Amino acid sequence: MGYFLQQLINGLTLGMIYGLIALGYTMVYGIIGMINFAHGEIYMIGAFLAVIGFTVLGLLGISYVPVALLIVLFTAMLFTAVYGWTLERVAYRPLRSAPRLAPLISAIGASIFFQNYVQLAQGARVKPIAPVISGGYTVFEEGGFTVQLSYVQILIWLLTLALMVAFALLIQRTSLGRAQRACEQDRAMASLVGIDVNRTISLTFVIGATLAAVAGVMVTLYYGVVDFYIGFLAGIKAFTAAVLGGIGSLPGAMLGGLILGLVEAFWSAYFSVEYKDVAAFTILVLVLIFKPSGLLGRPEVEKV
Amino acid sequence: MSMSNEALLTLEGVQSFYGHIAALRGVDITVRAGEIVTLIGANGAGKSTLLMTICGNPHAAQGRILFDGQDITRMSSHEIVRRGIAQAPEGRRIFARMTVLENLQLGALSAPPTHYARDLQRVFALFPVLKQRSRQRGGTLSGGEQQMLAIGRALMSRPRLLLLDEPSLGLAPLLVRQIFGAIREINALEGTTVLLVEQDAFHALRLAHRGYVMVNGRIALTGTGAELLANPDVRAAYLEGGVPLPTAGSS
Ligand SMILES: Nc1ncnc2c1ncn2[C@@H]1O[C@H](COP(=O)(O)OP(=O)(O)OP(=O)(O)O)[C@@H](O)[C@H]1O
Ligand SMILES: [Mg+2]
Repeated sequence: MGYFLQQLINGLTLGMIYGLIALGYTMVYGIIGMINFAHGEIYMIGAFLAVIGFTVLGLLGISYVPVALLIVLFTAMLFTAVYGWTLERVAYRPLRSAPRLAPLISAIGASIFFQNYVQLAQGARVKPIAPVISGGYTVFEEGGFTVQLSYVQILIWLLTLALMVAFALLIQRTSLGRAQRACEQDRAMASLVGIDVNRTISLTFVIGATLAAVAGVMVTLYYGVVDFYIGFLAGIKAFTAAVLGGIGSLPGAMLGGLILGLVEAFWSAYFSVEYKDVAAFTILVLVLIFKPSGLLGRPEVEKV
Repeated sequence: MSMSNEALLTLEGVQSFYGHIAALRGVDITVRAGEIVTLIGANGAGKSTLLMTICGNPHAAQGRILFDGQDITRMSSHEIVRRGIAQAPEGRRIFARMTVLENLQLGALSAPPTHYARDLQRVFALFPVLKQRSRQRGGTLSGGEQQMLAIGRALMSRPRLLLLDEPSLGLAPLLVRQIFGAIREINALEGTTVLLVEQDAFHALRLAHRGYVMVNGRIALTGTGAELLANPDVRAAYLEGGVPLPTAGSS
């Protein structure tokens, strides 16, 4: 029971991180109908910015955690916003009316570019940081096994929940959200009501990138290490989460992320840690075969 | 009726292409402030293309489009729309997965927010059914209701020029009368200029101050609504069915 509960806690935490990254995939897919395969690298850059940020703040002697955290989150979001914006301008916009294979190749190109860029700038070795937040609650003890809920996990949960609420309000209640949904449904008509479609697409990339940055910062706090390659696996898993939830569906991305996190945690706990990544890919294959529209996605055919 | 001789919209030698296919082959029309102008023509004549070209999608390949004295030929759609042109396009194109209210809010995007509440009441007064359905998703409306929503959405931007593409298509006669009544009201009470594309030439020409007849991507004939209604060629081609209009100098 205790062991199970611990895996539940760990799985939910992991799932929230996947969910935040998955939102970026699903938003971009919704609006331009393409998978942004460089999105995982944006998350990786967010994680590196966190390492750099916490290190620099440490050197400056700013160690009060809430302040340091806010500064790091803010700078990581700002920088990744610029990366996301540039990525769309350089790798996607020129190819918007090209055959679908072209932006896919350009996305993979951008992804390789980002990996190498970070590798050159930061080195290929794993980068550790000193623990920023340590400790936690002991939920209960049972036969020598203690169920821990760490402060970092609590932070991840709260931050993710806050972001989800803010994000849902943005999409449902603001004119930017309405513009995004309008562009998703009929881009030409959106421009006929006066929406600047290019600007809306740019902002979608920017929002997706900032969410990925938050995920990157949280993963740095959680694991304490990053390397230039983490974007690849996390990207594929978040992509799986987005497909599982129904690509294009925002609640679906979050749900898919949570399920994937839980599956991975329980798989590692009860079967084998070595093959935990297999679980994610098995899910991806099964979903694509049996329910390509995902759990909360719309079926392709739609009556209008 | 607040009609002046001032040209609100002028097209000079406008040509438009889909790939290599010419859809507009040099169109000249003028719409004056306060007018209702009707454009009629056979299927495939280029009427919808003309309305879309005014909105910059596709852009005119040749010629000039002036709106309120400004050259809008090369502007992008949203810039043109924000200058005061709204379109209820062919096929209605309402946002099916958004509510009626959200569709109307999107229409209001390019209008000053201070007018929103009043404009919404005005649209609801014009089409009361939209008020009853305001929380319903656009895709669940009937065809006629969708048409009203498309017109209402266009009105929410407080356009100076309203472009309507076959608003009566597929509607029952009673609804057609209601829509045409609404167009007359919008024009008479608000002074909104209207460029109307219609299959129902009889009603459209009766409603219009002036009309143009389009054949094969060119303007073949123009005159007041009454003149066109009396014209034997127009009657033969568009009112009683039958022989097409002789095309002066078309290829
Ligand atoms: N998206 C498009 N791609 C290619 N050709 C097009 C496209 N839209 C229209 N056309 C062609 O351009 C010509 C003019 O079409 P348009 O839709 O403007 O005609 P219309 O007068 O509105 O006809 P209708 O009364 O049937 O609506 C037609 O020959 C049509 O086949
Ligand atoms: Mg048409």
